[in-house]
Amino acid sequence: MKVGLFIPCYIDQFYPQVGIATLQLLQKLGCDVEYPQGQTCCGQPMANSGYEHLTHECNSLFTRLFAEYDYIVGPSGSCVLHIKEHLHDPAAETAAAGIRSRIYELTEFLTDVLKVTSLPARFPCKVGLHQSCHGQRGLMLAQASELVAAPFSKPEQLLKMVAGVELVELDQKDECCGFGGTFCVAEEAVSVKMGKDRIADHVRHGATVITGTDVSCLMHLEGVLRRNNEAVKVMHIAEILNQTIP
Amino acid sequence: MSNDHATLSQRFNENEPRVDWHNETLWWVRAKRDRQAWSIPEWEQLREAASAIKRNVLGNLDSYLQEFEAQAISNGAVVHWAADAAEHNDIVTGILKKHNVQRMVKSKSMLTEECHLNPHLEANGIEVIDTDLGERIVQLAKEPPSHIVLPCIHKKKGEIGELFHEHLGTPAGNADPQFLTEAARQHLRKEFLQSRAAITGVNFAVAETGEMVVCTNEGNADMGAHLADVHIACMGIEKIIPQRKHLGVFLRLLARSATGQPITTYSSHFRKPAAGKELHIVIVDNGRTQQLGREDFRNSLKCIRCAACMNTCPVYRRSGGHSYHTAVAGPIGSILAPNLDMKHYADLPFASTLCGSCTNVCPVKIDIHQQLYKWRQVLVKEGYTTASKTAGMKVMSAVLSKPGNYKRAGKMGRWVMRAFPGMVNNRFNPWYKQREMPVAPKQSFSEWYAENKNEDTENKGS
Repeated sequence: MKVGLFIPCYIDQFYPQVGIATLQLLQKLGCDVEYPQGQTCCGQPMANSGYEHLTHECNSLFTRLFAEYDYIVGPSGSCVLHIKEHLHDPAAETAAAGIRSRIYELTEFLTDVLKVTSLPARFPCKVGLHQSCHGQRGLMLAQASELVAAPFSKPEQLLKMVAGVELVELDQKDECCGFGGTFCVAEEAVSVKMGKDRIADHVRHGATVITGTDVSCLMHLEGVLRRNNEAVKVMHIAEILNQTIP
Repeated sequence: MSNDHATLSQRFNENEPRVDWHNETLWWVRAKRDRQAWSIPEWEQLREAASAIKRNVLGNLDSYLQEFEAQAISNGAVVHWAADAAEHNDIVTGILKKHNVQRMVKSKSMLTEECHLNPHLEANGIEVIDTDLGERIVQLAKEPPSHIVLPCIHKKKGEIGELFHEHLGTPAGNADPQFLTEAARQHLRKEFLQSRAAITGVNFAVAETGEMVVCTNEGNADMGAHLADVHIACMGIEKIIPQRKHLGVFLRLLARSATGQPITTYSSHFRKPAAGKELHIVIVDNGRTQQLGREDFRNSLKCIRCAACMNTCPVYRRSGGHSYHTAVAGPIGSILAPNLDMKHYADLPFASTLCGSCTNVCPVKIDIHQQLYKWRQVLVKEGYTTASKTAGMKVMSAVLSKPGNYKRAGKMGRWVMRAFPGMVNNRFNPWYKQREMPVAPKQSFSEWYAENKNEDTENKGS
């Protein structure tokens, strides 16, 4: 099984440790992983701003880089959802369609494809899980609180395999953090207020680390946390799942 | 746009405790809705059924409307057709003038808000008394409703006490909800008894029988319509449901989704005028057939105006209904309003993080967040965007389209952030206003990978 590692642009540039943790975790679980060089962006920042027509070259590039892999895996629910819903390439539509059906967000790849039941990881911390919206409601990584349906959560399922992790209960388990792509600057006031409220829920319940499946949300929360000198840290879920037992 | 959603919501956020109060109040309604939804094991099937019935309605609207009209006429009602808001207002004014009505009562109707009926009637010398308590409060405050189900949800009880003191003569400083409600009750009772005409909205219009169902908690629609000689019911063309039995689906969904009640206190059926009285039904298009013709946005006409999408929306809860500067606020309003005026409402589809909660609570399963995304594409294509935004997006696209450009720009950007943090951390950067920028590492992931790919990264990491 050949896995193509998709590392979104802002992870590549600002959070390389998340890319490294994802790569190491997948290798630890026996995957043959390759990171095709030349990746840029999934195109979502343009598309969500109404400029989907400016994403054609990003799409062609993505299709060219990932067409040959059995699976494409990325540590971002939002970017993966964007590819799943919007990747088209008129010159290579079959390849694009193949990628749309073979791309997975990291945690769903672990639970649904690798069917991981245990992890050699230890992380003794009180952890709050931020369910990022696109992963949750778009990729259905966890049951949405709005629906009358049986609960499940793929990221939680994995975090529970990590020794020492104490997951805190939140008052609003799937409230949006307010990042929202360009929303975070275009609607700065509401975006920051949403971030502050999201953090307060985690802090109220004693979380010392906020984790999630999307670095974009975590980057936003981290920005608010650092500005307010709060001790709570943010970590991508791959970093926790990749923590080794000393 | 100086009064766009971002500006108005920034203003709303200047008073943070008030934002917290607004947010918590609406979240409480959402939580009530959840409890009611969970009390019905077949909730998701009900939503599916409602959505399918409305799909059928929208696909056969012409014949259902004709069926409804024929039934209504045979019941003794007078049916009027209005192409737009102006026609609607003229028809209503005409009926009232014919009966020489100068003061009259109106129960809640978002359609009349959409058509700006009140100012039109006032310009014609006809005074309207809104009889829904929340609507009466915002009317006294000379404000539009901020929420389609809870029109004065943005007002605190102290503010309502002051309004009542000024307009209804209640004692200054009394903000006891029960006392104020009783004062409003006495005040409205006088209006009901004097009023010779009453306007109501319509929640459901049954094609099979020509009857209309109006849902209220206060019974104010009934009081108005039964006491007056002339009842004018105003409805959008999309209010049709095929048969009476379909109410069994919609009435179970409406109040549970709206306020977390099993059903509204009154679900009143109006079918024929009483002896010697008149029943007028004004059926309004006002852009709805245009929306019906927009394939991507057609489903928005399934809306039954429950406001569940507003109560759940994390942006609405923290920006207030008035920040949407349209009669129907929130996520649903943001996909309805651009149909009427793309230029004026170009900001609304962007007033969302696309979190998708609206779509999940919608009792008729409108794909609201997907339509917000699609409206963004339409608005940009039609040119309703700023030149600076387009220029910025083109630069972004140029950088991200070529791996070489991206690599150079990334390396340069990170270097600037480390060497000259003031270039990024300044007042021109909206991110930095209340948030720190991420720390720029020396090495990107792709640079790290190029250096380490030939080693066993797993062992290296552990």
